[in-house]
Amino acid sequence: MSGSLRRIGAVMLRHWYLIAGSWPRFLDLCYWPMVQMILWGFIQTFLIQQSAFFAQAAGVLLAGVMLWDVLFRGQIGLAISFFEEVYSRNLGHLLATPLTIGEYMAALMSVSLMRTVVGLFPATLFAIWFFGFSLYSLGLALIVFFFSLMAFGWAIGLFVAGLVMRYGLGAESFAWAFIFALAPLSGVYYPISILPVWVQALSATIPASYVFEGMRAVLIDHSVRLDLMAIGAALNVVWLAVGVAGFLIFHRQARERGMLLQVGE
Amino acid sequence: MDATVNVVTAANAQHDVARAAIAVDGLVKRYRDVVAVDGITFTVPHGSFTALLGGNGAGKTTTIAMMLGLVLPTAGRITILGQDFATHGKSLLAQMNFQSPYADLPRRLTVRQNLTIYARLYGVKAVKERIAYLARELDLDTLLNRPLGELSAGQRTRAGLAKAFINRPRVVLLDEPTASLDPDTADWVRGFLSRYAQEEHATFLIASHNMLEVERLCDRVLMMKLGRIVDSGSPKELLAKYGRTTLEDVFLDVARHGPLEAAP
Repeated sequence: MSGSLRRIGAVMLRHWYLIAGSWPRFLDLCYWPMVQMILWGFIQTFLIQQSAFFAQAAGVLLAGVMLWDVLFRGQIGLAISFFEEVYSRNLGHLLATPLTIGEYMAALMSVSLMRTVVGLFPATLFAIWFFGFSLYSLGLALIVFFFSLMAFGWAIGLFVAGLVMRYGLGAESFAWAFIFALAPLSGVYYPISILPVWVQALSATIPASYVFEGMRAVLIDHSVRLDLMAIGAALNVVWLAVGVAGFLIFHRQARERGMLLQVGE
Repeated sequence: MDATVNVVTAANAQHDVARAAIAVDGLVKRYRDVVAVDGITFTVPHGSFTALLGGNGAGKTTTIAMMLGLVLPTAGRITILGQDFATHGKSLLAQMNFQSPYADLPRRLTVRQNLTIYARLYGVKAVKERIAYLARELDLDTLLNRPLGELSAGQRTRAGLAKAFINRPRVVLLDEPTASLDPDTADWVRGFLSRYAQEEHATFLIASHNMLEVERLCDRVLMMKLGRIVDSGSPKELLAKYGRTTLEDVFLDVARHGPLEAAP
């Protein structure tokens, strides 16, 4: 095993120990996606009875809520994993090992992936059993949607983690603030076309909005929109570059200001 | 003539740096208007114990943090094991380790889990054997499977020391290594540090307020005040120079009245 992979694996192992060693933590990971899915599942059931549109586009709300959770869990999973080191005052120890900052970012992304899969997988199975909707009916497009949302979540998560490294735990609330600000712009439950024109311009810069438009195309029109996937992927490259650059800049500033040994509860 | 002397002096200095395990040259750390470390220069020979002694705010922790890459120096150069830390930091960190009261290990994980993670981060080959050895040496055998948060402060300090030696470091930086230990355990830990230094020919730089520890362990003391090294020498030399019987009195003399003369 190469040194890089071993070190990334060590950081993942640290978070796996934390999750696997505490059933409340494990339950917490699965609980919220499940609650969200059940709530929106019943709303969808009701709307199917009331509306011909929803009767024809079964699953559009459930798919929306589960894919939104991919983005949410991806971002929060990365930020929380970083905050864990800050809460436990372990950041100084980690960053004074041979672990490079690039490896640490890769490890945070991998932990976020692990947390998202562990948290969401039970909800997707429950949706099949309880509401008769399988997220996996999206087919291969689901893989693209999943990684597009994860990448966007990582970009925001890295930026927020960098803010906390630089400004301390006072910046922690940005982890939630950023992601919830994006929800109305991403068109999770409605087409972007219903938004005011100037808001649509903002939505056009967000990779997630292309995923949700693409999701509706699959479920309603039964077509896979490669053009939307390509634009989303290109935007993700830009957002990820911003997230990585932000993390690196804030890391350097934290070292300049002597924050790495001080940041903590 | 002067030029010849300068060339010889410079050559000697380079030779010292090459021979030293740690060589710090003109190190400065400035936070806006505050100068935390003010142009310090020193070397630490291979296999020696050197103490950084000074009151709060003297710059000891900042100096150690710069040697770990956690704080960026404003100016100056750090050479460790003959390599420039600025360009070889990560490869050097594989041969170094540290313990500091400013960094904890995750308290929800057990001692064994923490040590396993750090063993992997440092690329330790025989992880189980290394953990078993350190558990024996630091009396952690019965604590290995307990979460760190359930341990006393002294037990956590010993677990932190186990992490500091997990990779058999050649250079060890310790910030107040026995601060939370009772006198008996502290003495016992000092014994471990001495044994390790002899067996591994490791180099120690220790920031401490514990004068007894410094007298017992260290070959050389660097006395810091307001970010500067104001005096240095072996504990015996300093005791003789200040006409005192304990390092604590020397420390108080330097803290209250300043050094007897400028450091060489």
